Amino acid sequence: MTKPRFHPGYAIGLAGLIALPFVVTALFPSSEKYYLHLAIQVLLWAFIYTGWSLMGRFGLTSLGHGAFTGVGAYVTVLLWNYAGLTPLIGIPLAVLLAAALGLIVGYPCFRQRITGHYFALLTLALAEFVRLCIIGLRDLTGGSLGTQPQRYGNGISLYAVQFEPDRTLAYFIALATWVIGLYIWHRVDRSMDRYALEAASQDEDAASSVGIDVTREKLKITALSSAMCAFGGAMFGQYQMYIGPDTIAGLGVSLNIVFAAIAGGVYVMLGPTFGAFFTQMLAETLRVSIQGSEALKSWLGSSALALDSAIYGALLVFFIIYMPKGIVGTFLEWVEKRKSGP
Amino acid sequence: MDCALDIFFLEAVLNGVLLAGLLALLALGLNLVFGVIDVVWICYAELVMVGMYAIFHFYKVVGLPLPVAMLAGILIVAMAGIILHVVVIRPVLETPPINQLLVTGGVLFFLQAAATMAFGVEFRNIGVQLGSVSFADMYFSWNRIITFVMALAIVFGLWLFLRRTFIGTAIRAVSQDRHIMPLMGVDTRQIYLITSAIGGGLAGLAACLMVLQFDIYPQIGLQFGLLVFMICVLGGLGNMVGGFVAAFIIAQFITIGGSCFATEWGYAIAFLFFMVMMFLRPRGLFGSKA
Repeated sequence: MTKPRFHPGYAIGLAGLIALPFVVTALFPSSEKYYLHLAIQVLLWAFIYTGWSLMGRFGLTSLGHGAFTGVGAYVTVLLWNYAGLTPLIGIPLAVLLAAALGLIVGYPCFRQRITGHYFALLTLALAEFVRLCIIGLRDLTGGSLGTQPQRYGNGISLYAVQFEPDRTLAYFIALATWVIGLYIWHRVDRSMDRYALEAASQDEDAASSVGIDVTREKLKITALSSAMCAFGGAMFGQYQMYIGPDTIAGLGVSLNIVFAAIAGGVYVMLGPTFGAFFTQMLAETLRVSIQGSEALKSWLGSSALALDSAIYGALLVFFIIYMPKGIVGTFLEWVEKRKSGP
Repeated sequence: MDCALDIFFLEAVLNGVLLAGLLALLALGLNLVFGVIDVVWICYAELVMVGMYAIFHFYKVVGLPLPVAMLAGILIVAMAGIILHVVVIRPVLETPPINQLLVTGGVLFFLQAAATMAFGVEFRNIGVQLGSVSFADMYFSWNRIITFVMALAIVFGLWLFLRRTFIGTAIRAVSQDRHIMPLMGVDTRQIYLITSAIGGGLAGLAACLMVLQFDIYPQIGLQFGLLVFMICVLGGLGNMVGGFVAAFIIAQFITIGGSCFATEWGYAIAFLFFMVMMFLRPRGLFGSKA
């Protein structure tokens, strides 16, 4: 069975996404900034989640990717603020550094065959280590309060890679980033490395006995995945014009990455993207409905903000038990069944 | 920033020893569950938080005497352990192990948020001050000393239970080979339930000692949760002596690092040490190369 190289649905979807900012501006002329902001956040997180899924789908469940987004964002901003180095160079440097960090931690891990629980706990320690370093270097990084990239001119500049005031521009940058992410996913999906890694995730001994260099394959995907997350983190920092140790690094970010990707589905291309869409919309809808409802506000008070995390947590439990393939994965499986059924 | 070998350094070392007792106790329940059911309760520290809030509620709001409130807290967390196992862990027992870890991560979010909704984000304290003892210009609070002694007693008690009772023997047997034991007539489902209850109960006991020392807030689990996992892994699974030694090492890193530099560097050094040790000895400090 040969799959079509390029499904026409993708072209229509992409055209729709390109048209989106104009449609939104036409429909909601007064609040288009808000809607575009949501879309940008979804796209940038979708890129990061896709990067994580490159590893996650092969059983390399890292709980430490918050370390890479943090390195990406902080190295870029610190180089700009203190050395005056343009992010055009700073972002590639940060990405390289994050990939190197991934390799330094990955190499002994894969050599020692640290997998499963142990790999998860070790990467968890990595995420917290990076977050604590950021807080500890508070003279440079602003500690737990976070810091801002220095605004350059009117805030829109290629030299400073700043685009926050122009939401339409920011949207297209985020869209391009996301499309690149999907393309990387597609390339990995089509490569021999994918089969090698799938074999390794099933049985490492059997995989290496047929000539797969398991450590090398895992290192390749780790470098790629950490580089993507670093790039995503850097772009996120440039867009938000603020970075904080808890918003872009550490345990919380790592867990969000993992759970959103799993909720969407890590085995299919659009899974992580849908995970990003789903989690952002969930949080935003709950926030807006709580803000708008006097009854809920008076019942829960300021702690109403925790309601979305409670629902989020309960949903995650539900997804992992009943839909381990995620929303998109389960949906596609259902479609396949209907097609092949009587 | 000075790190001279003076009286303050000694005080930090001794406080580290006292902290280690608490950390060892915290690691105990997790170690048991990890070793027997082969599941990482990533929400373990949140169970402790539930226990702390329960004690706070019964003692300060309902007005029960402290020992009764603590007993109720232990029972509630033991129940929570059973519920966690039946509702969340049992459906994923046969799936890849990482799912079991992630599913309890969902519980972590849920418990944190539920605590925020029920008690708010404010810091709570049961306000029991036992004073402190001074010794050669060093001060140690009684809370910490009692915690340390209690932790030792509980560790010893669990050791006796696992060695001297029938159920304890069955639990140890299951942890050694969970596939063979059912053939020997051991109902693993029942053993898992008992283990979950004991694991929860130990979290509740830890909560009793923690409320004497720390303020209660919804994110408190993030403060020490990771440390507890590190101690479990460093000590080697099911190795209680190893867990104790690991707790002492980690606690020393935190208190000495904290007193020489800043708190976060103490933690950072402890995490770095953990990662390096994982690379050097993946089976824990005292694990055999099997």
